[in-house]
Amino acid sequence: MISLKNIHKSYVTGGNSLHVLKGIDLEIEKGEFVSIMGSSGSGKSTLLNILGILDNYDEGEYFLNGSLVKNMSEKKAAKLRNELVGFVFQSFNLISFKNAMENVALPLYYQGVSRKKRNRIALEYLDKMGLLEWAEHMPNEMSGGQKQRVAIARSLISEPKIIFADEPTGALDTSTSYEVMDILKQINNDGITVILVTHEHDIAAMTQKIVRLNDGVIAEIIKNGDLKSWKTQYAKEYNMA
Amino acid sequence: MFDIDIWQEIFSTIKKNKMRTFLTGFSVAWGIFMLMVLLGSGNGLSNGVSENFMRDAINGMWLWSGETSMPYKGMKEGREIKFTNSDYETLKTLPGIEKTSGRYYLNGNTFSYGNEYGNYTAITCHPDLQDVESIQVVKGRFINDIDIRNTRKSVVLGKDIYDALFKKKEAIGEYVKINNIPFKVVGICKENGSTRHRNAYIPVTTGQKVFNGSNRLHNFALTINAKTLDESKAIETEVRQTLAHKHRFNAADKSALGSYNKLEDVMQTMKIFQAIKIFIWIIGIGTLIAGVVGVSNIMLIIVKERTKEIGVRKAIGASPASVIGLILLESVLITTVAGYIGLVLGTGLMEGINFFVEQQYAAAEVANGGMGTTFFRNPTVNLNIAALATLLLVIAGTLAGYIPAKRAAKIKPIEALRDE
Repeated sequence: MISLKNIHKSYVTGGNSLHVLKGIDLEIEKGEFVSIMGSSGSGKSTLLNILGILDNYDEGEYFLNGSLVKNMSEKKAAKLRNELVGFVFQSFNLISFKNAMENVALPLYYQGVSRKKRNRIALEYLDKMGLLEWAEHMPNEMSGGQKQRVAIARSLISEPKIIFADEPTGALDTSTSYEVMDILKQINNDGITVILVTHEHDIAAMTQKIVRLNDGVIAEIIKNGDLKSWKTQYAKEYNMA
Repeated sequence: MFDIDIWQEIFSTIKKNKMRTFLTGFSVAWGIFMLMVLLGSGNGLSNGVSENFMRDAINGMWLWSGETSMPYKGMKEGREIKFTNSDYETLKTLPGIEKTSGRYYLNGNTFSYGNEYGNYTAITCHPDLQDVESIQVVKGRFINDIDIRNTRKSVVLGKDIYDALFKKKEAIGEYVKINNIPFKVVGICKENGSTRHRNAYIPVTTGQKVFNGSNRLHNFALTINAKTLDESKAIETEVRQTLAHKHRFNAADKSALGSYNKLEDVMQTMKIFQAIKIFIWIIGIGTLIAGVVGVSNIMLIIVKERTKEIGVRKAIGASPASVIGLILLESVLITTVAGYIGLVLGTGLMEGINFFVEQQYAAAEVANGGMGTTFFRNPTVNLNIAALATLLLVIAGTLAGYIPAKRAAKIKPIEALRDE
């Protein structure tokens, strides 16, 4: 599904060049539930942006669903994003002047689906999230957990192959975070690849594979079986720091 | 791109920011409003002045004699040039001249009828003067060829003279004394476009005979057959040369032969109005540009404010073209609607003023017994200009939205979505 080969990325601001990703090699299979961890500045958000075709990279090769993603025109990238991937953000990023249903329906608007049809589909997805009675509500009338569920419904409506979630629980309290993670798990059970960025180890521990970044390179990849021991080790490091 | 959805998108943002949209639209509406008011006023002024010009035939030309100011063929300056009836005959046959009338000046003009008397001007003339000076006969007739041939003592009285001497009694066929010589009233007239009608007209031949003028004439009033300024000037030159040759003076001597060419004046004035019109367009478009820059400015702010939203849209699959369309259409919508309101208000105001002016004009006409004067008439803008202005608005809206839309299209989703 995803194959990264020696990905490099630098940000140039003024005269300074910041080398963020220093050669990333990563394989993610279809249907995996992966979390990317790392301290701030380790490059985890940059990696997610590249994976989600929101940003381009300087060096290396990125194959998404078998095709090379490189130097794409904006138009093509937009189309690919629309069809292949869904995004969930830390700050939800719902459009404030649209109600829940319209927010969920928006990706279908860009696919050219008629208003009636996309609103009907949006209601189905809101129903799945248990938010049917909130369909007509504006984002500012909803709680954080509800907003994130609307955002997840929006990411799912275009039936993507991969969901990218950037700190999806970052703005939520613990119990709501777990609810959101349950939803993501369900999505993953339906066969959709889920990749999330987090710095919370309990959230990461709910995934099947943890990619830990450190200073622009992959420090370790922890598979499901090793999670227990990793958890204690991480807790120790965390306590020491 | 022109489906109902994009309009719903636009209306929802406009609805969210009513005040901002209003202020933006206001600057454009104001620009168009001012353009319409200025153009209307310009038209009104132009129409009013050209109407005043029409009092006399616009192709009129006047000639008068004087003393030479240049030596010519051995003769000293200071010679008096005298026109005679033969000059009238000469002028009449010149090509390009349509109507000709000569005048002999009379000394002392006391008019009396019964116990009423007053001082007015008696103008001696040929029948053609009626056309040159657009004299309107209210009653009876004007001086005719038989009057001239038979040196009949006929007089056409100005309406003011008639009012003063006859006090509404029947005048045609009555005798009025001019310098104690009785003249038969044959008509009553008005001068076109004037409020005073204090001139009386008598046949030039009668004037010469009765008042010892022999064959002497003082000036000529002509109309010339010229469409352009060049043609008119050519005829003027021809006239000057003919008379100069005949009376032996330098054709360039303005003192020996004075002339006034109305067409030149009219054309000059029309050129000034042309210039004023251009000036008005420049000011109007300048005002409009200020409005458009205002819209552009606001759209830039809107794009800035909506950076995050546009980022989200792009992340979930909006193409750059759809983002450009969103911003551009909003801009066009605001400018067109606001501009149209300005257009309607501006033309509405000018139509209102027109209504008022016409009423004033009509009132003046009644008060002056027929003729109104005005320097301001029909201050309206025609439909073509309004249509042009509408087209201008759509273009303006597109221009106003273009830079902001381009900027919106360049927004990178990651930058837009970055949490502070």
